[in-house]
Amino acid sequence: MTIAVEFTSVSRHYGDAKQTIRAVDNISIAVAEGEFFSMLGPSGSGKTTCLRLIAGFEQPSTGSIRIFGKEATGSPPYEREVNTVFQDYALFPHMNVLDNVAYGLRVKGVEKTESYQRAEEALTLVALADYGLRKPSQLSGGQRQRVALARALVNKPRVLLLDEPLGALDLKLREQMQLELKTLHRKLGITFIYVTHDQGEALSMSDRVAVFNRGRVEQVDQPRQLYTHPKTSFVADFVGTANVLSGAFARHITGSNVPFSIRPEHISIASNTNAAQPNTMQVTGEVVDIQYHGATSKIEVDIGHESLTQRLIMVLSNTEFTEAQLPKIKQKLTLCWPKDRIVMLGTQPAY
Amino acid sequence: MQSAANPSQTTTNVNNKTLRWLANALYCKNNMFLLLLLTPPLLWFGIIYLGSLFALLWQSFYTFDSFSMLVTPDLTLENYRSLFDATNFDIILRTLTMAVCVTIASALIGFPIAYYMTRYGSRAEKGFFYIAVILPMWASYIVKAYAWTVILSQQGILYWCINHLGLLTALNHILQIPSIGGNTLATSNLGRFIVFTYIWLPFMILPIQAALERVPSNLLQASADLGAKPAQTFRRVLFPLVFPGVVAGSIFTFSLTLGDYIIPQLVGPSGLFIGTMVYTMQGSVGNMPLAAAFTVVPIILVSIYLALAKRAGAFDAL
Repeated sequence: MTIAVEFTSVSRHYGDAKQTIRAVDNISIAVAEGEFFSMLGPSGSGKTTCLRLIAGFEQPSTGSIRIFGKEATGSPPYEREVNTVFQDYALFPHMNVLDNVAYGLRVKGVEKTESYQRAEEALTLVALADYGLRKPSQLSGGQRQRVALARALVNKPRVLLLDEPLGALDLKLREQMQLELKTLHRKLGITFIYVTHDQGEALSMSDRVAVFNRGRVEQVDQPRQLYTHPKTSFVADFVGTANVLSGAFARHITGSNVPFSIRPEHISIASNTNAAQPNTMQVTGEVVDIQYHGATSKIEVDIGHESLTQRLIMVLSNTEFTEAQLPKIKQKLTLCWPKDRIVMLGTQPAY
Repeated sequence: MQSAANPSQTTTNVNNKTLRWLANALYCKNNMFLLLLLTPPLLWFGIIYLGSLFALLWQSFYTFDSFSMLVTPDLTLENYRSLFDATNFDIILRTLTMAVCVTIASALIGFPIAYYMTRYGSRAEKGFFYIAVILPMWASYIVKAYAWTVILSQQGILYWCINHLGLLTALNHILQIPSIGGNTLATSNLGRFIVFTYIWLPFMILPIQAALERVPSNLLQASADLGAKPAQTFRRVLFPLVFPGVVAGSIFTFSLTLGDYIIPQLVGPSGLFIGTMVYTMQGSVGNMPLAAAFTVVPIILVSIYLALAKRAGAFDAL
């Protein structure tokens, strides 16, 4: 397996000695060639800075970045075999779509007719074959996104960097573009490094996901592993919905102080049959909120005791529970879940 | 709060009501409001500004009798024809050359300053540059022009500096070049060019700076990302996007130089500029029609310049 991009103890600090902001703090990751690798995290977690470090718009304060084994630190963006799809597209407003797409080839000295021909091909790839003569301002958001994609792909980069490329699109279009990106990735076989703050997007598209928090990587794993076996409270909480219990509540339920998480879909309402199962955990509480979500209903239950409050979220299928059968607000409930469904969490980042 | 018992408050209420009614009416009838807003400036612009200009243009077709020194309202194209007489045409060429040189120099000097201001300057540095660029405009233009005659004179500070740097011979060699040089800096075309460039430079820096400010930095990053070296990024992305600003600035420097009549009188060799020619014709000679014909020249030159700039794609990025 070839390593496409490798970070070794990379840090990027801003500011002076008095007040340093560690945008990226001692990160080491390796992205394999051909992988769809996502960097997931809330805003300000350092994921975009990482992408800019790979593209070459910024240089690391310490550490080394290798792109296909070649040290990239100190080399400018125009000497790197990577291309970026920018969050707000960054199309050149004074050029038409075809000139935008052909730009990368033209500046590298590719002959005019050939570069236009390849630009046409790239536009066909993103289903915009007839839009070459339009100006970017005459396109919709989704179309601009495709032009940005074609403009990057026409250079046949070995690594494609995507900086929240679907952030500005509405939900339907976003879902459609997610599918198309995934198809493109399969078709081209090049490495995609995808920055997003949308955990659903990261889970559904990626081969592997790195979860960023405060400039550090909390966990790098396949989506399924990330969801079922989060290693830290942050990952459990950020990826999907999770009930993270710690301190007194953890002790109350498991007898130990170690925090743990339990996914809403694993919690059920205790009945004679399931509560009697061995290795079942039980807790009682009062329903505080019910939200209708179409296929499912989300129930929030306060399991606090004395002065402490702790809410548990559970999900009930609306095909199993009719409206009359759903619990009511203020109703007392006993909840249970299989013991092996809980995930014990470390508090420190694993990486 | 027994307001009804208070007579003065009742009148204010009535006044408030009328005002409120008027405000609501204007708010709902948007066109009415616009009309009220625009009438005074349009009258000013239409009558005083354009009206006087057209009156002047009209007079350029009048006849001037050089024998009786009288202007008669007989329409003729003679004034325009005489613009092409050797002496008059020289004046136009001389002014045009200077305007082109000043514009190019201002753009070359102004661009780096504006670029630094927008891309690299911190807030404090930006403020400093703004003041440094605008501050000279607070001083009277005539005072500055006179100050330059002192600076450029043979006893002036510039000669003193050049002398101490040991470059006096070099300067004298430069001053011997025909059509640039002269006896001293103060009486040379070079000196006049320096003063013009100094005076009009802020008018070039500010529009370029405004245009640069509108270019998002991610376009430059995208260009580099796609493999363009800095020179290519400048030529293919930055400059085309800033070009409207350069054109806007150059219209200022170009037309201001074309119309100026103070600096040519104070600095540089003898020989009339369009401005000084107009000044002489309408003042001491009283040949208003020819003066009017001369004022049409800058208008036409700037129009040609704008047409060329448009063809070069200067306004595509707007």
